[in-house]
This record gives sequence, C-alpha cells and structure tokens, in this order.
Amino acid sequence: MLLQAIAFYVFAAVCVASGAMVVVSRNPVYSVLFLILAFFNAAALFVLIGAEFIAMILVIVYVGAVAVLFLFVVMMLDINMTRLKEGFLDYLPIGALIGAALLAEILFGLGVLGGTHQGTVSAFTKAGTQMMTVDNTRAIGRVLYTQYFYVFQVAGVVLLVAMIGAIVLTLRRRPGVRRQRISDQLYRPKEESIALVKVPTRGGV
Amino acid sequence: MVGTVVTFLTTNWLGQAILILLECLAVTVPLLVAVAYMTYVDRKVWASIQLRRGPNVVGPFGLLQPFADGLKLLLKETIVPSSANTILFLIAPMITFITALIAWAVVPFDDGWVIADINVGILYLFAISSLGVYGIIIAGWASNSKYAFLGALRSAAQMVSYEVSIGFVLITVLLCVGSLNLSKIVLAQSGWFWNWFWLPLLPMFVIYFVSALAETNRTPFDLPMSEAELVQGFQTEYSSMPFALFFLGEYANMILLSGLGSILFLGGWMSPIPYAPFTWIPGVIWFALKIALLLFVFSWTKGTLPRYRYDQLMRLGWKVFLPVSLGWVVLTAAVLQFGGWVPQH
Repeated sequence: MLLQAIAFYVFAAVCVASGAMVVVSRNPVYSVLFLILAFFNAAALFVLIGAEFIAMILVIVYVGAVAVLFLFVVMMLDINMTRLKEGFLDYLPIGALIGAALLAEILFGLGVLGGTHQGTVSAFTKAGTQMMTVDNTRAIGRVLYTQYFYVFQVAGVVLLVAMIGAIVLTLRRRPGVRRQRISDQLYRPKEESIALVKVPTRGGV
Repeated sequence: MVGTVVTFLTTNWLGQAILILLECLAVTVPLLVAVAYMTYVDRKVWASIQLRRGPNVVGPFGLLQPFADGLKLLLKETIVPSSANTILFLIAPMITFITALIAWAVVPFDDGWVIADINVGILYLFAISSLGVYGIIIAGWASNSKYAFLGALRSAAQMVSYEVSIGFVLITVLLCVGSLNLSKIVLAQSGWFWNWFWLPLLPMFVIYFVSALAETNRTPFDLPMSEAELVQGFQTEYSSMPFALFFLGEYANMILLSGLGSILFLGGWMSPIPYAPFTWIPGVIWFALKIALLLFVFSWTKGTLPRYRYDQLMRLGWKVFLPVSLGWVVLTAAVLQFGGWVPQH
C-alpha cells in the first residue's frame, strides 16, 4: 500500500507539473511533449485505481494518435513565440473561469461542497464493486452497448460530423490534375500496351 | 539453501524486487542476443539472395560480426550537431529502444512464462507499439536537418496510418477469443496447426504482416529512410551509440511484431501437431521457431521487393487495408453471432 501511495503521489505530481509546463513553455513543441507526458501520467493514475482499459485506451488514442498529429502540425509551423504569448493576459480570466467551474463540478460530484450529491458517490462505489467481479473491459462492454447505446451512437455521430466538416474545409478542387488510376493500369489489355516488332538487321525500327 | 532462497525471493519485499529484476534480465538478455543475431541473419539472407557470401570474416562463419559492429559503434564518438536540440536529440533513440524493450513484459513465451500476465495485454502491446513513432518524430525534429525532418514526417504518417488496420486485425482476433489476455489468445488456438487463426483469418494475417512491415519501416515501406532521396531519413545526423540504439530498437520492434504475429495467428507456444514427439519440445522453442519464420519473411521481402512510392503507400493503407479489415471485422462478428460460435466466458 505504501508503494502504491508513493506511486500515486509521484505520478500525480508529474502530471500536474507537466500540465503547468504545457502552458508556460516557450516553445510549442515542448508544450506538446509535456502534454504527452501529462497523458502518460494520467494513464498511470488510471492503472493505479484498477481502470486498466481506460488507461490503455488513453495511451492508444491520445498519445498514439492525437498527440502525434498535434506534434506533426506544431513542428511544421514556424511560430513566433513572443507574439503567441502576447494575448495571454487577455484570455486569463476566461481560462480561470472555466478552470474554476470544472473544479467546482468535481468537488460537488464528490460531495465535498454540500452533502446533497451522495448519490453520485454511491453510484461510483457501486460501479467499483461491480468491477471487482469482472475485468473492467467486460464491465464497460456490458453497459456501453446496452444501457448507454443511444448516447454512444450520438457520440459516434458527433465524431462523424466533425470528420465530414474537416474534409469539407480542407477539400480543394484543382482542375487539370493528372491522377494515377491503378485499376485502369491493371486492366489494360496486352494488345494495347505491348507491340512486338521484328527488327531487320541494320534496318532500325 | 534453495528453500531459503525461494522463500526470500517470494515473500520478502526486497526479494520480490530482485525477482522482478531477474525476470526482466531473463527476457532482455536473450532478446538483445536475438537482436544481434537477427542483424547477422538478415545480412546472410540478403547475401544469399544476391549471390554473395555476406559477413564471413569475424569469427567462424562471421558469427562474431554483430559483436564487432556493436563494439565499433560503442567506441565511436557521439556527434551532436551544433544546431540540434541536444536533450531531445539524445532522448529520441532512448524512446525507440525502451519502447521496443518494455513491450516484452506481457509476451507469453510458454504456458505461464510471462512477466506480467495482465488482462489487457494486447492493448498494452498496441499502446506501446504506437509510442515507437515518438522516437522517430522527435529525432527528426531535434536533428534540425531537412532530410531528418522529412523522414520523420513520412514515418509518423505511415505508422499512424497502418496502426489503424493493425487495430482492426487485433479486433477480429479478439472477437474470436473473447479476451484481451495474450495467454488466453494462445490457448484459444490449441490443437492442430489448422486450428491456429492463420487459416480462418487468412486475409487478416496477410494484412497484419504487411502492416507490420510498414510499422517497422522495412522494405517495401522504408520511405522514411529511403537513401536515394533522404540520405538516411531521421537517422541522418546520428552516429555511434544513439545510432546503435535506433538500430537495436528497430530490430527489437521487428522481433516484437513477429512475436505478436505468432501469438495472434500461429498459436504462440503451441506445437503444430498436438501429439507425442512434437509436444516434448518445449513451447518456448516452438515460439522462437515461429518468430524466426516470420523474421525470415521480413528479410526475404527486404531482399526481393522494390520500394513503394509515397502516394501508393498511403493508398494501400487507407483505401485498401482499412476498408478490407473493417469489412472483415463486421463479417467475423456476423459469422460468430449467427453461427453461434461467440466465445463464452
């Protein structure tokens, strides 16, 4: 248990510190790398509370795919650091407000502020005891496609809309572009593509 | 004496820590030797394909060649370009090497021979293999060289694209097994060798292997370091030990993906014929033989196939493999559901 507590505090401390570094780093590439470190430590925290499925999905989706594309874009952009930092104070109040709202939500959810939200806590503990009997991949599978089926489908539709939006925004039609049509190449008959010529000696073609 | 050592290793917390360390060494040391000899076998296979002899000077049949190469790389000077980002430049090869090694923690070598028999083993492997791209992309950026950067961008795009189809391949296998635990995946394939998943899921096996070639940046998908246009891609600025770490990491990744392929499709440690003389051979040897078979195909393709063009590579990944593997997932799920073969646990 002591080892677990030490692990928790180390991961939590690194997670918070790298989260802060994301904001204060001068170089945006460092920011993304610290973001990746924060994701990692969050995944480690999930492992510590026994939610190994969520931990792995966090690493696969966010670290393995989303952050790679972030890094991709940030590395290719030639960003002026000083100009990027100029608007920082303008956005600070809005950011602080959102942060405070999220913090308040967590505290209310856990029942720290006001005792009326015990229901959430009991739901958490109930889910926790259910997870003890089956591994948590199975536990998620059981509720995701039954109880939360419609919510899950709506989430999928939201992602689909975002994807179509991204395609529409980036699609450019350029006339006169020559493309390789692989099926045409493969279906070209022998008669069209090969000509056998009997060349007379010293005559040339 | 033995009894006290066993009790110390299993009950005392210090003993348990030592035991974990010993387990890690028992996996890592043979793995590194295997990596060294993989480079040797690779060169011998290409040499045979090109009617040459390959390394044959250092030691009998050139068997000490990998160690000579390793020693040479170790003793050379580490050169960091003056305009490079030093910290990231040196961290990148470590990331590649470490991710290639830590993935082996969940690989079962025989029944029960596994360091961490976790329930989400296959997701862990998938997560770790998706991290390998960071070593490459950070190396490309930190080198501050256009060849390295272009190589890194190509590699990142390629690995992200082919991971998608590998993910669907894993899902089909999981549907047939009903568990994410690697040992259970192997146990689900027990029996004759036609019970292994390579036969019922043959198209997926092909897609898996081709995607593995793309994941490890091997020919015909070695665009990130195509020497004709990008010198040596993201490795251009690397020399000495950092280069060796990249090199070892790449080969360890190849062995890892071959190992994963043999667990998913070739029955892991199972013997091909479940009767007496074959079952006497330890499972770990069968597992090694299956890995060796897949690694031979890796070398064979490198010696045989020309390089893809970049747009062809992307077309194959997104327009061929992705729809085919997605369709196969739906097909497998439908067959299992309506055939009444859904695995019960």
